[in-house]
Amino acid sequence: MNVRAEHRTDSVLNARDDARAQTGLNSEWMPYLPASSSPFVPAGVDPAGLTWAETVAPGGYTHKVLARGTRLRLDDPTGQACAHLLVYNALEPVERLNVADTLKIPWQAYLRAGTPLLSGDGRVLASLVEDTSGHHDAFCGTTTEAWNESKYGDARPEGPSPAGRSLFVKAAAKHGLTRRDLPPSVSFFQGIRVAADGDLGWLGSAGPGTQVTLVAELPLLVLLANVAHPRDPRPEYVVGPLRVHAWRGEATGPADPRFDATPELNRAYLNTVDYAEARGL
Amino acid sequence: MTVLEWSESLVGGAAIKDERVAPNASWSGVVAAGEVLTIVDVGGNQSADCLIYNAHDPDERYSVPDTLAWQGNAYVRAGTVLRSNEGRPLMTVVANEIDRQDTIGGACGKESNTLRYGHHVMFHHGCRENFLSEGAKHGLGVRDLVSNLNWFMNVPVEPDGALGIVDGMSGPGKRVAVRAEMDVLVVVSNCPQMNNPCNDFNPTPLRMIVVQPGGVRP
Repeated sequence: MNVRAEHRTDSVLNARDDARAQTGLNSEWMPYLPASSSPFVPAGVDPAGLTWAETVAPGGYTHKVLARGTRLRLDDPTGQACAHLLVYNALEPVERLNVADTLKIPWQAYLRAGTPLLSGDGRVLASLVEDTSGHHDAFCGTTTEAWNESKYGDARPEGPSPAGRSLFVKAAAKHGLTRRDLPPSVSFFQGIRVAADGDLGWLGSAGPGTQVTLVAELPLLVLLANVAHPRDPRPEYVVGPLRVHAWRGEATGPADPRFDATPELNRAYLNTVDYAEARGL
Repeated sequence: MTVLEWSESLVGGAAIKDERVAPNASWSGVVAAGEVLTIVDVGGNQSADCLIYNAHDPDERYSVPDTLAWQGNAYVRAGTVLRSNEGRPLMTVVANEIDRQDTIGGACGKESNTLRYGHHVMFHHGCRENFLSEGAKHGLGVRDLVSNLNWFMNVPVEPDGALGIVDGMSGPGKRVAVRAEMDVLVVVSNCPQMNNPCNDFNPTPLRMIVVQPGGVRP
């Protein structure tokens, strides 16, 4: 297709008209603004309450700062998404996801409904509250350029098989953060299971149409990269679109059963509420 | 009665560095490419929490997920290549005297201790505090704390995903040796935790020995 021939841009006015002619076009992967205009409003959610609606391209990334209490829904419509996630306290981004504490403190290696995504500061950044997949991973992190270069022969961020870390670098940079600020991440929708000898076995996808929902327990900077999992055994770079929605809600409080579901969770939420109240949030 | 066994380097060579780390204290040192660091668990089952940085560009640092994903296994053993967040080899485990070493249990800290045990232990010392004070000597701060290694600590993952720190598999004088694949800064916290078996509820010293294998001191 000759793109050049489709455009008349020989003067400023013609170039302006040519650019404006794109208004109203849609693509498979795009943010929907306002969020209430999303073609994929989650069931049971009032479109007027939506604050983020987007379909992230395979090999794409996105990022947003969310208010405390926001619900964040990630959908995997095709069963091929892999949502690599980093979260930070948006007010003090030195407080960030700590994967080791996220596993150690709940005494559980696998992310599931009820798992708190903990910072290294003894607080809950986000709570995983709903999960219809159960196939996730907190061991392997995301891909590096070195990994994708060796596996696919190409890891250019602008190429056909970008690494998750390259995308996180860009997303973080847009919030003034650098590669120094990228700790280990977690990923949703492609599972890993640990064998008795430590072998990291591939569980893969739970199939199309699964979802997870998180609650932002503090003002939350969210970085998402939608790239093939590092242990995906398929030789080709396979990843599907990732759907993202967020809507207003309340942070976890004493009335929620999860607030004191375990002694560790109770103290984690107490610490989080303590911080929020001291800051006047 | 605590038995202390100070041992010797696991690898022969010209001595570069030989230092003792007191219980509860921190340590750091640069290990040049090719040199081998032996860590001695002098009193037995004493967790040596450990972070590693590219000595010339500390933005490149030890990465648990890269180390695990690259080898396809959750445990650290002889042969494990300790990789950076860019996927590059920082160090390689060249000899190891216990069944497996941990890198999924992370570090203790004053704040996370409140979740694990209660606010009554908030005043206890923790590895995060050691990492911060030792790292500050090298211009490192809280942004540079990532998931770490725990030499001589035992964290099994059970079939249902149950995971936690249990009684150790080490003993007095047991060692691990790691060879630097580039010039690295190694930061260690001699774990002061008094609420779990990561140090057998009895903090003991560590010995850090660096040698240039088969060569003379440069």
